[in-house]
Amino acid sequence: MNWETVIGLEVHVQVNTNTKAFCGCSTAFGAEPNTQTCPVCLGMPGQLPVLNMEVARKSVLTGLAINATINLESKFDRKNYFYPDLPKGYQISQFPLPIVEHGYLDIPVADGEKRIGITRIHIEEDAGKSMHEGLDGVSHIDLNRSGVPLMEIVSEPDMRSADEAVAYLKQLHQLVRFLDVSGADMEKGQFRCDANVSVRRFGEALGTRAELKNLNSFRFIKQAIDYEVARQIELIEDGGQVVQETRLFDSAKGESRSMRSKEEAHDYRYFPEPDLPPLRISQEEVDGIRAGMPELPGQLRERFESEFGLSSYDADVLSQTLDLAGWYESLVAAHPSDPKRCANWMANELLGRLKEQGKDIADSPVSAQDLAGLLDRIADNTISGKIAKDVLDAMMATGESADAVIESKGLKQVSDSGAIDTLILQIMADNPGQLEQFRAGKDKLFGFFVGQVMKASKGQANPGMVNQRLQDLLKG
Amino acid sequence: MPFSSLSDLKSQLDAGETTAVELAQRYLDRIDAHNGELNAFVDVDHKHIIDQAKASDAHRAKHGARPLEGLPIAVKDIFCTQDGPTTCCSNILKGFHAPYDAHVITRLKNAGAILVGKTNMDEFAMGSSTETSAFGPCRNPWDVERIPGGSSGGSASAVAGGLVPAALGTDTGGSIRQPAAVCGITGLKPTYGRVSRRGIIAFASSLDQAGPMTRTVRDTAMISAILCGHDSGDSTSVVNAPEIDWLAACDSVDMKGLKIGKPKEYFVDGMDAGVRAAVEAALAKCVELGAEIVDISLPHTKYAVAAYYVIAPSEASANLSRYDGVRFGKRCENPQDLVDMYTRSRDEGFGSEVKRRILTGTFALSSGYYDAYYLKAQQVRTLIRQDFLDAFEKVDIIATPTSPIPAFKIGEKTDDPITMYLSDIFTIALNLAGLPGMSQPCGFVEDLPVGLQWIAPAWREDVLLSAASAYEGATDWTTKAPAAFGGES
Repeated sequence: MNWETVIGLEVHVQVNTNTKAFCGCSTAFGAEPNTQTCPVCLGMPGQLPVLNMEVARKSVLTGLAINATINLESKFDRKNYFYPDLPKGYQISQFPLPIVEHGYLDIPVADGEKRIGITRIHIEEDAGKSMHEGLDGVSHIDLNRSGVPLMEIVSEPDMRSADEAVAYLKQLHQLVRFLDVSGADMEKGQFRCDANVSVRRFGEALGTRAELKNLNSFRFIKQAIDYEVARQIELIEDGGQVVQETRLFDSAKGESRSMRSKEEAHDYRYFPEPDLPPLRISQEEVDGIRAGMPELPGQLRERFESEFGLSSYDADVLSQTLDLAGWYESLVAAHPSDPKRCANWMANELLGRLKEQGKDIADSPVSAQDLAGLLDRIADNTISGKIAKDVLDAMMATGESADAVIESKGLKQVSDSGAIDTLILQIMADNPGQLEQFRAGKDKLFGFFVGQVMKASKGQANPGMVNQRLQDLLKG
Repeated sequence: MPFSSLSDLKSQLDAGETTAVELAQRYLDRIDAHNGELNAFVDVDHKHIIDQAKASDAHRAKHGARPLEGLPIAVKDIFCTQDGPTTCCSNILKGFHAPYDAHVITRLKNAGAILVGKTNMDEFAMGSSTETSAFGPCRNPWDVERIPGGSSGGSASAVAGGLVPAALGTDTGGSIRQPAAVCGITGLKPTYGRVSRRGIIAFASSLDQAGPMTRTVRDTAMISAILCGHDSGDSTSVVNAPEIDWLAACDSVDMKGLKIGKPKEYFVDGMDAGVRAAVEAALAKCVELGAEIVDISLPHTKYAVAAYYVIAPSEASANLSRYDGVRFGKRCENPQDLVDMYTRSRDEGFGSEVKRRILTGTFALSSGYYDAYYLKAQQVRTLIRQDFLDAFEKVDIIATPTSPIPAFKIGEKTDDPITMYLSDIFTIALNLAGLPGMSQPCGFVEDLPVGLQWIAPAWREDVLLSAASAYEGATDWTTKAPAAFGGES
């Protein structure tokens, strides 16, 4: 294995503004075709773009979060090509002078962290959508997406494996969601990735790259890159040469095919967009955006560890998404006495159950308040931790509160010493042999008696009291 | 009456001597009588015009008069209007009805103007003769065998022929001033950014600017006062442009001490001797009025036409990509596939001059040529801008001929695009610099009008209006009208 893989990624991130990049149309997903359009995004004669400044602000925020240079003056350009779902025949983009340049992202790798350079982030508008399936040979066009704002985030060719590429993408995906600059829903096309992949023998100059398009899930990205790397290595080892081309990944077949070669590549004839003046942002605005920067995943993880005393594992799990972190903080607010118990129950019990059901935290049938209600009952010894797991199962199934479940199933813990003594004495009477051995010094039989008492109480006896009373009574 | 100024008509309306309906009807009669010959209008909706006039009279009676109440104004077919078709005189937009008014159309309507129809133009404003129109050539009322200039030739012909008292044009490289000059009327191209471009079909976005074409300087001021102003829907419309009191500028007519720059590059061999004589005489008149003539040089003038014919077609090549047969306008019959639909729709829809410019622009922007053409042209543009800045250190205003030649015969230059392009040799530079410019009549060569061009620093249209008013007041050129159309020449 003397091959090195070199990967650079271009990610199109849909900026989650309410209105489009250059007109006032809604960006809501899933509307009837062509209902969210106006003369501007339809490219009608004489219509002119006006930049939605929210797009610029969110791009700056993203740039600050990747420690990049913010260009206080950037420029728009026209990228020219004909396609039926591109109404103007050009896309407004940024070419020589983008709003953000020279940033980086640190990604987790096997032996720690690796820094991936980010060349640039530029603002551009999305095209519409062509539909060809099931239309009897004609095509339909939906221009609801035309003019929706995108950030194109271009990395340096710094990744050396499909796993690193996926780690980078996951990190970026998490970041844009934390910054609230994008919904980044891959199924809705809000986070789309193209990969530039080449191979070389270690120490050699960069090989010829192929551009892989249409990579719209983390799994496909890994598959597509692995397939491409194998294809290129095989090609070279067989004496062939990699040609510069664009390849389309077919996720159903798990392979890619050539879309167009370098010779067929578009000449986009970029030139400055005369309808838009340079985009100027003041240093004060940038500073204001920096001041309003939300907590990022790393900072959140550290705070969960220091403020709540969580293990790094729990802190990591609960800071993965804003939804999770927010849910956890609501839980702690409702059950402030024991943040660690909150973390254990949320990370291990609740998320485990949700995962089995294929649900996200946002879809949890048990609210943070309800889970806190359950934890309160553990804390005040109404139920044991073991019973609480059964209660949680019931809460998940019925959506009822912990108290309602405990009440209706009669699961309230027995803490009455008289009742517990009665149980213990009965067990002692039923097991004279074990009692004799215990009294003769076989201490480990203590656990046997605890188990028997708990079993007899159907788990409802207060374990602490059972322990204490057994200590007294077994001695005789 | 057909050659009354807008200001006179306004006085008559305000005095109750006439009504908007009466005026509209009289101009409609003129259009009916003469448009067959001039082909200045490509769309006139009689009923709609009378309806607007009735509404205007009612508005006047009920709420009083707005600034342009009841005054008939024609607009070039490049302005999108909700009422009636907008085609840019191209087959590719035949049958296109915009669902919106251009911003300046809204401004005219809100000021009470009566929109009397769409005027002929070179297809997509690409031309200097109004011969490339899909509706056939427009004619010059001073000699109907001759061109009315272009691209706003229909507007110039209609005003000069007394078919309408005023019109709007657009000016990318001289398309208001050159037709105004060869038709013997007044036209203003405001500073780039002064007038909203929204809803005006784009030719070259960094150069296009709309403006009035009228019989007098004051009429130009009256319309400018309404047209100009910021529009948040056009990002190139300047937010805090220096305000001008347009009408007051026309009253400030003292030329004493005015320093008029006379650039040597605009008085050259090869220009028509009669044109030169008329402009020299005009400058002599200004000296009589107290002005001082200062010889200046705008050294990069010679590169202006070349730079323009790279920049304008480059922008146009992108601006015209939207005419693809997909969403509106012409689509070819029975396309075989997507490429066939694109190529045939565009081949059948665009005329040859438009195709020539799309090809030129596409080439200039192509990979490997961009630096040599587009980038170089932008550098020239900077130098030209600097030429003017340097000149305005020494003078208040610059005077030149508007066109090097008077109106030529229809068909005379259609096979020779380069000579045609040179018609704009004196008008193009200030578009590249974004400066305001104006043309006003200053004499005749063999019964054909000659135009005097004024150029001012950016945002100083008031300087143009004052100088032009002073000259207009001292001469009688604006009273001239073509005899064949009932005027006094």
